[in-house]
Amino acid sequence: MGLIKKPKIKSIPYDQWQDNASLEKMVTDINAAGEQNVVVGNLDDLINWGRSNSVWSLAFGTSCCAIEFMALGAARYDMARFGFEVTRNSPRQADLLMVMGTVTNKMAPAMKRLYDQMAEPKYVVATGACTITGGPFKKSYHVVNGIDKVIPVDVYIPGCPPRPEALLYGLMQLQRKIKIEKFFGGVNRKEAKPKEEEI
Amino acid sequence: MSIKDRILAIVPEATFTEQADLIATVPASSFRKLAEGLRYDKEDPMDFMRDIVGMDWGESLGAYYYLESTKTYNRIALRTETTDRENPLLPSVCDLWKTAEIKEREAYDFFGIKFTNNPDMRRIFLRDNWVGFPFRKDYDLNSNPLDMSNETNEEFSDDYLFDADGKEIDKKNRIFGKKEFVVNIGPQHPSTHGVLRLRTSVVGETVTKVDPVCGYIHRGIEKMNESLTYPQTLALTDRLDYLAANQNRHALCMCIEKAIGIEIPERVDYIRTIIDELQRIDSHLLYFACLIMDMGGLTPFFYGFRDREIILDILEKTTGGRLIQNYNRIGGVQADIYPEFQKDVKAFIKHMRGIIHEYHEVVTGNVIFTTRLKGMGILTNEDAISLGCTGGSGRASGWHNDVRKHHPYSMYGKVDFKEIVYNECDSFARYMVRMDEIMESMKIIEQLIDNIPEGDYLVKTKPIIRVPEGVYSTSVEASRGEFGVLLESKGDKVPYRLHYRSTGFPLVHAMDTVCRGNKIADLIAIGGSMDYVIPDIDR
Repeated sequence: MGLIKKPKIKSIPYDQWQDNASLEKMVTDINAAGEQNVVVGNLDDLINWGRSNSVWSLAFGTSCCAIEFMALGAARYDMARFGFEVTRNSPRQADLLMVMGTVTNKMAPAMKRLYDQMAEPKYVVATGACTITGGPFKKSYHVVNGIDKVIPVDVYIPGCPPRPEALLYGLMQLQRKIKIEKFFGGVNRKEAKPKEEEI
Repeated sequence: MSIKDRILAIVPEATFTEQADLIATVPASSFRKLAEGLRYDKEDPMDFMRDIVGMDWGESLGAYYYLESTKTYNRIALRTETTDRENPLLPSVCDLWKTAEIKEREAYDFFGIKFTNNPDMRRIFLRDNWVGFPFRKDYDLNSNPLDMSNETNEEFSDDYLFDADGKEIDKKNRIFGKKEFVVNIGPQHPSTHGVLRLRTSVVGETVTKVDPVCGYIHRGIEKMNESLTYPQTLALTDRLDYLAANQNRHALCMCIEKAIGIEIPERVDYIRTIIDELQRIDSHLLYFACLIMDMGGLTPFFYGFRDREIILDILEKTTGGRLIQNYNRIGGVQADIYPEFQKDVKAFIKHMRGIIHEYHEVVTGNVIFTTRLKGMGILTNEDAISLGCTGGSGRASGWHNDVRKHHPYSMYGKVDFKEIVYNECDSFARYMVRMDEIMESMKIIEQLIDNIPEGDYLVKTKPIIRVPEGVYSTSVEASRGEFGVLLESKGDKVPYRLHYRSTGFPLVHAMDTVCRGNKIADLIAIGGSMDYVIPDIDR
């Protein structure tokens, strides 16, 4: 990267900005000082770094796995180290739907509704055998055989119940997944261009 | 007068079967008379209804009623049935035992048995638009596919009311009045300890009625059991009440061992008892952590989990599982204890005894905590018995109901421990019972830990276990009440019916009685102090 010369934005001509002088002073200061800390990088990386280290989960705990999630939050495993410690009880404030425990036919509409209420971007982690396939209750008449039949799932954490270490590993896989996303477009937001006739 | 004679004095046509449990079979027409007679008997009133177990015997539908006297601790089971499968009617006993209100709803939900004169005959576990009754033997398991439409609730309850002459009374029973303000708590709520839904009617801030809606984690375990072999059924018990995983499984193993008549070595009894008590401490520590977290205090959560992890380490080293151990097996336990087991357990007890004062310093004397619990959520002794609230919540109401004491199993008959009973009946007493039980459990473990006898840890059983025909039942004191198993066998390698007495079901039912008149802000604290685990209720 060369030195920054003129802080310009493409769509507006440089002369039309009002406060050019102070910005230019800042540029000369930065360029002159040399040892001042300036990080130059991809804004996507910065945002994803922040997003992936503050994943707020909606703790949708229906049975056993939820207790292991509580153990994960306590002092020994301490998921706060990785930025998961804030669990939200409202879907509006959550990034991640953490499904822990069997989802039954009666609960499935409620789960779908919570998922729909969450704001984009949102993720789903399926914890434990029950959420993945129905687990030991696969043959039951009242159990959904895998929540991916109802909502899309990002990470599966197998186990009955998974150990806290497994939960941490699964959540860190989710972090990796968040980190490669392009927040400002690119593959994640690619929409088909409208055809000219339609316009 | 023996219980048999007393029953015969009321209903002369009663017949008795005595393979394992003493069961009195009475026709439905005279059942009501017998129930009243036993309930209001002067010397030995059967005032605690342990369970109603709906049954489908092919040609007839019916139920087992398990009764116990709180005075003499005598137990009796009654059986009654009706052959009308289209419109099965049985007399309700909900005015004699309050717990029957909800247990009859359970039997209706699963078997379609209608209890006459029970004012509330709605479904409790399944959706209102569910087709058929899943526990009947002729139910098609695929008849109710996943329904993703939003759930609605009936405005009126179904009922089958008859007057004294047997004429049907046409009366509509509205669940909530038109002008009542109903707050819907759950099913996804952080402080309901699972997926419980409480429809709560309030006037201002005062709770006037709580209508629990269960079944959000109803997994059909009892129905699944009917197609699993006996060793396979064991796996599901751990997932009922996961904080009493080992005790639940202990109950089922004892029941099957009793049925097939195998003697288990003394070493196994010692190991089972110690692990049961470790599990109880684990559960009560979690209770402590969660109750106070529900009320907004976060520090005790870390205290509870810090010490709980030590138990989980011991359990993991012994059994391989942290939360769900899968340890007991028919005829013994899965694996022998590890060489340093005694040392680790003793180290834990020493640590716990040295640190429990921290719990009391931070919480028990805390003025905010005591103000929110003392005098709140009164469950009177009478109500506790009538509602069948066993375990710590019942003992906080002055009811001596510890199964370990009154129907000892495993090593409990041979160890010295105190049954913790409080007479305050409020939330604070329920909390204190748990805290004191931690100390008692440690006392039990200390008496056993050095004396574990040598011997086998597992008796070899046949690869395919067939239980002789009959009805068997056992009960244990699980972490939060009496956990019972009822097993009816027809001599096959799979059970004909395997029913579990849920420990939390009566506690959720009691929420209506306990919360009325309290402020809605206290509802969560009262619910936390009652200590229920939802997967155990819904099964």
